[in-house]
Amino acid sequence: MKTFLWIIFPYICLTSFILGHVWRYKYDKFGWTSRSSQLYEKKILSWGSPLFHYGILGVLAGHVVGLFVPESWTNDLGISEHRYHLVAVSLGTVAGVATVTGLVLLIYRRRTTPSVFRVTSATDKIMYPLLGIVIALGLVNTIGVNLFGLGGYSGGYNYRNSVAVWFRDVLTFHPSAAPMIGATWSFELHALFAMLLLGVWPYTRLVHVLAAPVGYAYRPYIVYRSRDAQGASRLPRRGWERVDQRVSVKRGRH
Amino acid sequence: MRVMAQMGMVMNLDKCIGCHTCSVTCKQAWTNRTGVEYVWFNNVETRPGLGYPRTYEDQDHWQGGWERNRRGRLRLRSGGRASRMMRIFANPKLPSLTDYYEPWTYDYDTLISAPAQKDIPVARPISQIDGRPMQIKWSANWDDDLGGSPEHTIDDPILKKISKKIRLDYESAFMFHLPRICEHCLNPSCVASCPSGAMYKRSEDGIVLVDQDRCRGWRMCVSGCPYKKVYFNHRTGKAEKCTFCYPRIEVGQPTVCAETCVGRLRYIGLFLYDADAVLEAASVEDPTDLLEAQRSILLDPHDPAVLAAARAAGIAEDWLDAARRSPVYDLACRYRVALPLHPEYRTMPMVWYIPPLSPVVEALRDTGFDGEDGRSLFAAIDALRIPVEYLAELFTAGDPQPVKGVLRTLAAMRAHMRCVNLGEPVDASIAEAVGMTADEIEALYRLLAIAKYEDRYVIPSAHVEIAGQLDELPGCSVDFESWSPHGGQGLGGGEPVPVAIQTFNLARRRAQADRFADLEEEQMKGES
Ligand code: HEM
Ligand code: SF4
Ligand code: SF4
Repeated sequence: MKTFLWIIFPYICLTSFILGHVWRYKYDKFGWTSRSSQLYEKKILSWGSPLFHYGILGVLAGHVVGLFVPESWTNDLGISEHRYHLVAVSLGTVAGVATVTGLVLLIYRRRTTPSVFRVTSATDKIMYPLLGIVIALGLVNTIGVNLFGLGGYSGGYNYRNSVAVWFRDVLTFHPSAAPMIGATWSFELHALFAMLLLGVWPYTRLVHVLAAPVGYAYRPYIVYRSRDAQGASRLPRRGWERVDQRVSVKRGRH
Repeated sequence: MRVMAQMGMVMNLDKCIGCHTCSVTCKQAWTNRTGVEYVWFNNVETRPGLGYPRTYEDQDHWQGGWERNRRGRLRLRSGGRASRMMRIFANPKLPSLTDYYEPWTYDYDTLISAPAQKDIPVARPISQIDGRPMQIKWSANWDDDLGGSPEHTIDDPILKKISKKIRLDYESAFMFHLPRICEHCLNPSCVASCPSGAMYKRSEDGIVLVDQDRCRGWRMCVSGCPYKKVYFNHRTGKAEKCTFCYPRIEVGQPTVCAETCVGRLRYIGLFLYDADAVLEAASVEDPTDLLEAQRSILLDPHDPAVLAAARAAGIAEDWLDAARRSPVYDLACRYRVALPLHPEYRTMPMVWYIPPLSPVVEALRDTGFDGEDGRSLFAAIDALRIPVEYLAELFTAGDPQPVKGVLRTLAAMRAHMRCVNLGEPVDASIAEAVGMTADEIEALYRLLAIAKYEDRYVIPSAHVEIAGQLDELPGCSVDFESWSPHGGQGLGGGEPVPVAIQTFNLARRRAQADRFADLEEEQMKGES
């Protein structure tokens, strides 16, 4: 059971995450969008969406640091586990509360605005609860366990010795269930549900995250594109080729 | 000099009768789909009036287009790249549906299926957005022909720029129609605002398009365009816009709006321009210089140096020939009667307008004068300050001189042609007064009044060598909702699949439903 939960299941989810994105990029570029619903409703969104997004991006950054920076590195830098924890917990709490407030607003909006509810798809109905659960468990970890010492961890639970190690092992293909032994239930569940979320990620509206427009910072403002380039990259369906395309055509600029 | 070709359009506003045929045919061709019910790639607005979406010209509010900063550089009016990315999660400058209008249909079924009753059943309006009964409060043309004025008209952003006193008599004084499509700008702020680089200007003909496969629905282009001519498809989650009917243009046919225009007032042809000079021209300090700056980057297709540079840039002979015969170049640069709409947005719009003389003529007639007499027309143009100022706010960043110049040319043409038609001796001073010869005036008259189809539309077709690659190929399916005009145009491999998996079932149900109500019921069943 442990092997399944901490080794097999994570790999299934991560494979799905990667292959799903590849598949979606190949076959469903047209469906790859943030699916904005701002046209339907503006007031709640203008609070909920920025709160949620700034929160979750902060949370994401925290995860990168927490999961990928081993404790030995920060120790070498002379940052004590206690100091680290203090910073992590306080920043995490702010980001976490923003995220949850934002998400609550967004879900409330989605349920109560008829036009928004009407375009809520089946995948949304799976994604939102899942996202909610993962975030809620995350908050239990940060605030419940680490801040208020829930479950008897009065000094906070050191996930960097357990969950983070397990996660790095999975990513480096040396998977082992051992680091997770003795982790608190809320950390376990958070990790498992997060894996599940990653697994369904590419089939939901969350694909928009991987399309985050970083290239915008570097490109020139005005984009020119040639019709030649488009034509050349576009293969007609089998049986629909134009007669003059079956013989190879000389492509010239005009 | 980097010569590029640009498809352009000129509309002669004197001839627009506001029949909306162009809007309707355009809608039938491009936007009669779910998700774009509220979208009119071509709309005709009454001026003075609020426009569509309401007050879109109020850039202090909407912040579309470019502005020149203190260092003389252009930047998007909505801010730098970083500050705009901060606002991507909820775009504060996105018009809401109420600024356009909430689209609706009618519950026609009640008319047939209602049981026998005392009262005649009525078909109630039903929102196409949330499927519920609604009250119609606004539409794309609610203030058509000054309907509802002065209650609505008073909010016209252009009127607000002209002083208050003038407004009242002005309103009774005149009205005209302004048909609008995307301007296919030389310096498009929509393209500049697109975070994912999905919008582009075609290097062959300058048509501005949205790559539906690359658009990620960030909806920043909608606010970036000062003319509000990019729209958000609320079902597909992608931006869509006027395509200048590129599949028709590629085979040498005019756009649908031009082809069907009842007044035959639209002209389509090529401009050659210097792409390297665009930014500098768009950055001139004084907004009233923008009109001339814009004209200055359009190149004379008869100039051998221009032709040589164009050939070097790979523009084919038949395109150069078309450029020489271009009616839009003649109207904009040779006769200088066509003006760009809101040059002060600094996007270098390529749909030009011949301002209407009719308000002046009508005012003259109403006061008992001869509406075709050159001298009284000239005098009236100078005297009727208000219409001229209004037109100047639309076409020349507020400078009345160029507008007066055009109106005087049109007036001279009117007076001159009356002499010709009545067989009277031609008064040479009329043409001279506007710096033209009698022959030139008559040539302009032929172009404006009797030009045939081939003279109004000089459109070189795309090249035979590459015809096999044109997008008219039957490559995209129209079976499903998610079909889109530019579907499958993206770079990269893979066959175009007309399915968005997130909405696959919704799309299929919709495609198979007989009417709106069926879908509703089915959805209700599914949800409860
Ligand atoms: C990194 C860059 C990101 C960008 C640029 C971005 C952008 C957007 C935009 C433009 C919308 C549409 C809002 C509207 O309705 O108008 C949206 C919606 C959404 N985003 Fe993001 N997003 C990002 C990251 C994320 C992340 C990391 C998550 C969660 C894990 C996320 C979850 C969502 C959800 C759940 C919605 C739907 C909100 C609703 O309408 O209920 N996003 N995002
Ligand atoms: S008018 Fe057309 S090309 Fe110009 S900014 Fe707007 S959408 Fe872009
Ligand atoms: S079809 Fe022609 S005349 Fe009629 S509204 Fe459109 S532009 Fe004006």
